[in-house]
Amino acid sequence: MPGSSRLLAVFAIVTLLMPTSAHAEPAAPDRQIIHLLNRIAYGPTAALVAHVKAIGIDRYIDEQLDPAALPEPAALTERLAPLDILKLGASELYAKFGPPSVETAKGMPPTQQAMDAHMKAANSILEEARAARLYRALYSPRQLQEVMVDFWFNHFNINAYDGFDLLWIGNYETEAIRPYALGHFRDLLLATARHPAMLYYLNNETNTAPDSPSARDLFSGLNENYAREIMELHTLGVDGGYTQQDVTTLARILTGWGFNYPDFDSGKGSAFAFDPSRHDASAKTFLGQTIPAGGEEQGVAAIDILARSPATAHHIAFELAQYFVADRPQPALVDRLAEKFMDSDGDIKAVLKTLLTSDEFRDSVGQKYKTPYEYVISAVRAGDVDVRNPEPLLGTMARLGMPLYLCQTPDGYKNTEGAWLSPDATTIRIDFASLLASGAFLLYAPPADEGSTRLVSDRTPASELKPRPVDPTALEAMLSPTLGEQTRKTVAAAPEWLKAALILGSPDFMRR
Amino acid sequence: MKLASGAAVLPALGPVWAARADEGPQRLVVVMLRGAVDGLNVVVPYAEPVYYDTRPTIAIPKPGGDNGALALDGHFALHPALASLMPLWNDKKLAFIHAAGSPDPNRSHFDAQQFIENGTPGRPSTPDGWMNRTLAALPGARTPTDALSVGPTLPFILRGSIAVANLPLGPRAAQPMAIDHPQIASAFDQLYAGDSRQAEAYRQGREARTELVADMPNEQQMADNGAPPADAFPGVADRLARLMTKDRHIRLAFAALGGWDTHVNQGNDQGQLAGHLKPLGDGLAALSKGLGPDWNDTVVVVISEFGRTVRENGNRGTDHGHGNAIWLLGGTVNGGKVYGDWPGLADAQLYQNRDLAITTDYRHVLAMVLERHLRLPDAAMAKIFPGMPAMRGDLGRILAA
Repeated sequence: MPGSSRLLAVFAIVTLLMPTSAHAEPAAPDRQIIHLLNRIAYGPTAALVAHVKAIGIDRYIDEQLDPAALPEPAALTERLAPLDILKLGASELYAKFGPPSVETAKGMPPTQQAMDAHMKAANSILEEARAARLYRALYSPRQLQEVMVDFWFNHFNINAYDGFDLLWIGNYETEAIRPYALGHFRDLLLATARHPAMLYYLNNETNTAPDSPSARDLFSGLNENYAREIMELHTLGVDGGYTQQDVTTLARILTGWGFNYPDFDSGKGSAFAFDPSRHDASAKTFLGQTIPAGGEEQGVAAIDILARSPATAHHIAFELAQYFVADRPQPALVDRLAEKFMDSDGDIKAVLKTLLTSDEFRDSVGQKYKTPYEYVISAVRAGDVDVRNPEPLLGTMARLGMPLYLCQTPDGYKNTEGAWLSPDATTIRIDFASLLASGAFLLYAPPADEGSTRLVSDRTPASELKPRPVDPTALEAMLSPTLGEQTRKTVAAAPEWLKAALILGSPDFMRR
Repeated sequence: MKLASGAAVLPALGPVWAARADEGPQRLVVVMLRGAVDGLNVVVPYAEPVYYDTRPTIAIPKPGGDNGALALDGHFALHPALASLMPLWNDKKLAFIHAAGSPDPNRSHFDAQQFIENGTPGRPSTPDGWMNRTLAALPGARTPTDALSVGPTLPFILRGSIAVANLPLGPRAAQPMAIDHPQIASAFDQLYAGDSRQAEAYRQGREARTELVADMPNEQQMADNGAPPADAFPGVADRLARLMTKDRHIRLAFAALGGWDTHVNQGNDQGQLAGHLKPLGDGLAALSKGLGPDWNDTVVVVISEFGRTVRENGNRGTDHGHGNAIWLLGGTVNGGKVYGDWPGLADAQLYQNRDLAITTDYRHVLAMVLERHLRLPDAAMAKIFPGMPAMRGDLGRILAA
C-alpha cells in the first residue's frame, strides 16, 4: 500500500476505535474512583481505593446505600466505647447534667463552685459528641451515611452553645438524625420536630395558645420562630409560597409541642410531650388545606403537608445537588431529583441513587471546594493518621470559622466556595497541612487527664512521645490522578520532609 | 508636605489647597448586628405610652429611676447597658437615625442580611457586596490591606473583585506559622502560582499576613471559634484600633456580631439583650479611644437587617420586625441627636400593623457617609447602590463637612 493511503487507513482505524461522546471525555477510572470517594465519602484512603477498584463504582454506591449491612470495625468501636455519655437518653441527660443536677443548699441559689462543676460536666457532653462524630467520619465504613448525617445536621441545625442544647448535642444526632439520614424525608422531619433540642433551639417549647388553660408566665403566647424556620429552611424554602398568615397558623398548630417536664426531672421516659392544655385545637386552613380540629395530630398533618409539597421536593433536591455536584447545580438535574423525590415519597436513597448515577455528577470532577470540616477529615484520612485525640482537628475547624456543632444560625454551615475560600483560610489550611504532615499534632496520643504524666495506652511517658510523619510516597501514589502538573513538579523538586505538607496543602487537595 | 531644603516645590496656590499636616485617610468601620437587634429597646421612645402598653415585661423603665433608660432628649433614651457610649453622646460624636432600614418586606434573616450586604434590597442576584464596590471606587491604587474583615471567612458585604484582608482571631493568630519559614514559603509560592481564585487567595493571604501579624500580642481571652461572640468585641475593637493606627492603608473595616435574635426572654434593662449590648458599647468606646487622633477621620456605622415587633410576644420576647435604628459614631458626626422622621407607634402608624415603619432607606444613610466622609463623587453612588431611589430630605447635616 502506498505510504499516504496506509496512513489514511491507520487514521481511519484509530478514529473508529476512539469513543465518541457528546460530553467532555469522562475522567479515567482511577480519577473517577477518587472523585466518587471525595463526594460520597470523606476522601480516599489506600484501602478504600483498593476496595472500590475490586468491586467497581456501581457496587460501591449500592453498598454505601445500605449502611446497616456494613459492620463497624474494631478501630471505630474501641474509640467509641469509652464515650458513655452518648448512651444516655434526652431525659436522663437533663436529669444528670441539667438544672436538677446542680448542687444547691435548700432555698439558696447555687454557689459559684457548684456552677463551675456543673458547666464542666455539661461541656464534657460536647467533647464526647464531637469526638464520636469525628471518629465516625474518619473510620466508619458507612461513609455515605456519615456524609448524610453531617448534611442533615446542617439542614436541621442546632447550636450546642444555645442553652439546653448543650445537654442534647449528640443525643439529637443519635436519635433524630442518624437513624433517618438515608430514610424517608418525612420521618426525618418529624423526628427533628419532636426532639427537645430543636424545640428549644427554635423556641417552640414555649409556644402556647394565648387563651389556653395553661397559658402563663413564659408560656403565655404564640412564638412563630419554629413555624417560620421549618417552612423557610427545613422544607418549602424561602420562595416556597407560604404567607405570613401560614406562619401564624402553623405556630398555632404547633402549640403544646414541648418538653415532658416530669420525666425530665426523674430522668426516665420520653423527652417529648404534647400538652393539650396549651394547644389551640381549632380547625385551621394551612397552605390552602383544611386541618380539622384536633390535638397533636394537627401538627403531624401539617408536617405531612410540608414533607409532600413540591416546593419541599425542589428545595431538598437543590441542596443535595449543590452539596454533591456544584455550587450552582444544573436546573435540569435539580428538576429530575425533585421529580424522584415526589415519585418516591421523599425516599432519600432513591434520590441519591438518581443523583450519583447522573452524568452531571460524573462530569463534576474537582468542582467543589472543601469546607473546613471536609478538608480536615479528608487530610487525616489521606495521611492514614491514627487519631486518639481529636482536639487539634476540632481546633483547626474552629480557626477556619466552622466550629463543629456551634453554628449560630439555623440555616447551618454552607458548602459553597464563596463561603469558605479566603486569604486567611488558605494560610491556616496550609499551616494545618504542614503540622499534620510532620506529625507535630501527636494525634495518636490520647489527651492527658488533668494531673497525669500523660501516658498513652502503651504506657509511653509524655517525654518520649515522638511525631509520626505522614508517608509522602504512599500519599502521592494514591492521590496522583488528582494532582496537576504544577503540584507534581513542585513536589518532585521539594525535600523529602516537605512533600506530604505540599500535597495536603495543595490547591488540588482543597477541592473535591 | 515637607519641602526639600532650599527648593521651592509647591505651586503658589495658597492655604485653601494645603492639606492639614496631620490629616489621615478617611475610614469607615461597619459593624453588623446579625439576628435583628431590637432597636426600640436600644433607642427607647420612652415618651410614648404605647411603648409601655405593648411591652409589659420587656420595656426599659423611664429615665430617672434606678434601672431607667439614659435620656438622650425629650423623646428618646438609650438602653442603660450602653452607658459607656454616653460620653460620646455628650461630646456629640454619636447619633442615631431611627425608623431606618431596608424597604424590602422580607422578614427572613438570611435574605434581609443579604439585602443589607449587597446594597440592592429586593435583588438577590447582585454578585458582590457594597463595601467591595466602595473599595473599587476609592481613588489610588489598591493595597492588600485597604479593607479588613474581622474573622476567617469573607462576609458577602466585602465580596467582589477587589481583594480584602482578614483580621485573624483567636490565640493562635499571632503565633508563628509554617508559612513563615522561607523554604516552606517559597515551595508553596510555586504550588500556588497562577491565576486561579485559590492562587489569588493564597497570595493575598501571604501579603496580608506579613503586614498585619508582624507585632501583634497574643490574646488568650478570645474564644477560638471563628466568629467573635458578643463579649469578645472589646478585644476585637482594641486590635482593630491598633491596626488602623499602625497601617495607614486600611480604609474600610467590617465586623459582624451575632446573638441578637431575642424571640424568648429578651429581658429589659437586664437580661439577654442587655448582656449583649454592654460589650458592644464597651467595644465601640474602646475603638474611639484606641484610634486616638485617627478618630477624627473615622466613621463607624452600626446596622442590623431589620428591627423587631413593637408588641412583646407570648414568650417575653419579640419577633421579626421592620424599622430599626442605625447608629453613627465618629469624629465628624454631628452627634447628640436622634435623626430620622419618627413615624410613631400607634396602630395606624405601624408597618403591617405590627412593626416600626421605615422612613429612611439605609442606603441613603450609607450614601451620605460615602459622599461626605469618604468623599466619593455622586457618580460612584450609582455603581455602589444601583437602583437606589432619590433621596428626600437632607441627611447631610448628620456629618460635619
